[in-house]
Amino acid sequence: MGLIGFYTWAFQNWLGIALPWGWAWTLSQVTLIVVFAVCLLLLLAYILLFDRKVWAAVQMRRGPNVVGAFGLLQSFADFFKFMFKEPIIPSGANKGIFLLAPLLSFTLAFAAGAVVPLANGWVFADINVGVLYIFAISSLGVYGVIMGGWASNSKYPFLAALRSAAQMVSYEVSIGFVIITVLLFAGSLNLSAIVRAQEHGWFVFSILFPMFVIFFVSSLAETQRPPFDLLEAESELVAGFMVEYSSTPYLLFMIGEYVNIVLLCALMSIMFLGGWLPPLFWPLNYIPGLSWFMNAVPGVLWLLGKVIFLFFMIAMVKAMVPRYRYDQLMRLGWKVFLPTSLFWVVLTAGWVLVFHHHA
Amino acid sequence: MQSLSKHEGAEEERKRMLTAIAFYVFSAIMIASAFMVIAARNPVHSVLFLILAFFNAAGLFVLLGAEFLAMILVVVYVGAVAVLFLFVVMMLDVDFAELKKGAQQYLLAGLAVGGLLALELIFIVAYHWNITPHAVAAAAAATPAGVSNTVALGRILYTDYVYYFEVAGLVLLVAMIGAIVLTLRARPGVRRQSVWRQVSRTPENSMDLVDVEPGRGDKA
Repeated sequence: MGLIGFYTWAFQNWLGIALPWGWAWTLSQVTLIVVFAVCLLLLLAYILLFDRKVWAAVQMRRGPNVVGAFGLLQSFADFFKFMFKEPIIPSGANKGIFLLAPLLSFTLAFAAGAVVPLANGWVFADINVGVLYIFAISSLGVYGVIMGGWASNSKYPFLAALRSAAQMVSYEVSIGFVIITVLLFAGSLNLSAIVRAQEHGWFVFSILFPMFVIFFVSSLAETQRPPFDLLEAESELVAGFMVEYSSTPYLLFMIGEYVNIVLLCALMSIMFLGGWLPPLFWPLNYIPGLSWFMNAVPGVLWLLGKVIFLFFMIAMVKAMVPRYRYDQLMRLGWKVFLPTSLFWVVLTAGWVLVFHHHA
Repeated sequence: MQSLSKHEGAEEERKRMLTAIAFYVFSAIMIASAFMVIAARNPVHSVLFLILAFFNAAGLFVLLGAEFLAMILVVVYVGAVAVLFLFVVMMLDVDFAELKKGAQQYLLAGLAVGGLLALELIFIVAYHWNITPHAVAAAAAATPAGVSNTVALGRILYTDYVYYFEVAGLVLLVAMIGAIVLTLRARPGVRRQSVWRQVSRTPENSMDLVDVEPGRGDKA
């Protein structure tokens, strides 16, 4: 029943002594969710630092190294700085929507975490349409940006909001097709089932490899990471849709953005890199003792490792690749990725039909 | 987990109650936000309320067990269609107070149509009207026994209704091509970037080396 199942069972029984059963269940779930959110935020603090360190290393700088040993407490210092600064709301802004936008970004980013399987059976909501749920939630992320840009009642944020609306809608199309190819291979939309379908070979080492590349690049565009950070292109738009934001609302936007990136990395690991499965493919599975050791390592660590590896690649892209021009971005999305992924959907369907990849 | 069994009766009861609460919350928010779509003064607020209505409709689909439809509703309507609505409404510079001035004269006609629709709805709900017995017999559960909603939808769409499904796709394709044909204008004299031409440029076909004698400029 897995660790989470055991924990819930034990916690409920303990609480059930004093409380009605339904309350015990609710309380145990809420506790678990809070623990998950706190762990995610702590991971985020170090992912942020890691991002800055990688960026600095590529440019032969040291990066943050003052707060704590090696700058290990830098993210916490930043956090308190944002919290204690004065939030400024522009007088011409549409106040309600101005404040709703960062809340929306932040909440949606965390909501996607509900269906991510951290290890075998470690998942809050094991729903049948897990991939679609994450896809739907990430397609809602654009509203935080558009609402923030519009409500600021300022030119640069508005221009950025229009850019991002077009950009995110464009890249969602190819992400959708990539998801279709994966679900053709796995035969399910359930994230745990997709991982279990990869027990005899990760999808990245199959004809789905080009789809992995497209998904990686599209998720850069979807999360507005460089080289597709056109909506906060500081040389053109000052800081894009976040120009008028300060203090905690800005912090919420930033945390939401990074949570989104981490979740997309997790989704990529689950769809292509075997999620919580250890890397036991051809040369490795013949080394005696190694497979025993690898299986003994908890699945959540394998998933974490894959997420950090993917995030490292994203950080390297940020450090090395210059920003795309707007028309190049649209060209890549509509004229390169869309036809390729559409063709690959047909190809994958044929492959599955001919080789009976799954029953 | 033997301890679960003694709670099962109460559990069922609680589940029914929670479902009912969720239904009423979703429906109430949906009706309120649908009303706000037409009542809001600011058109951007109208679109945002429309999105809220879509979202709660998706919640109702989940309660019915039609989780695939719920997700598709959010992806298509909230994630794409409403974004374009919002996009257009934000760009419009229309004084909606001015537009609404003459709306009073349509009040009677609007009330008549709305009242008729409400009356029909009341009939259906209050008298359990079945449109035809045949339609009722054909109606299937959102999740037949042992099959998830996605699989059930796929089995029906790609077998019994495959022609209708394909025709619907064709209609969308025609609409898309029509929109492109109507708006595509070939403008002469526009300098476009051709990536192929840029990439295939070599020193041989784009550079001239001229040996200029000193003191003579380029008149040679």
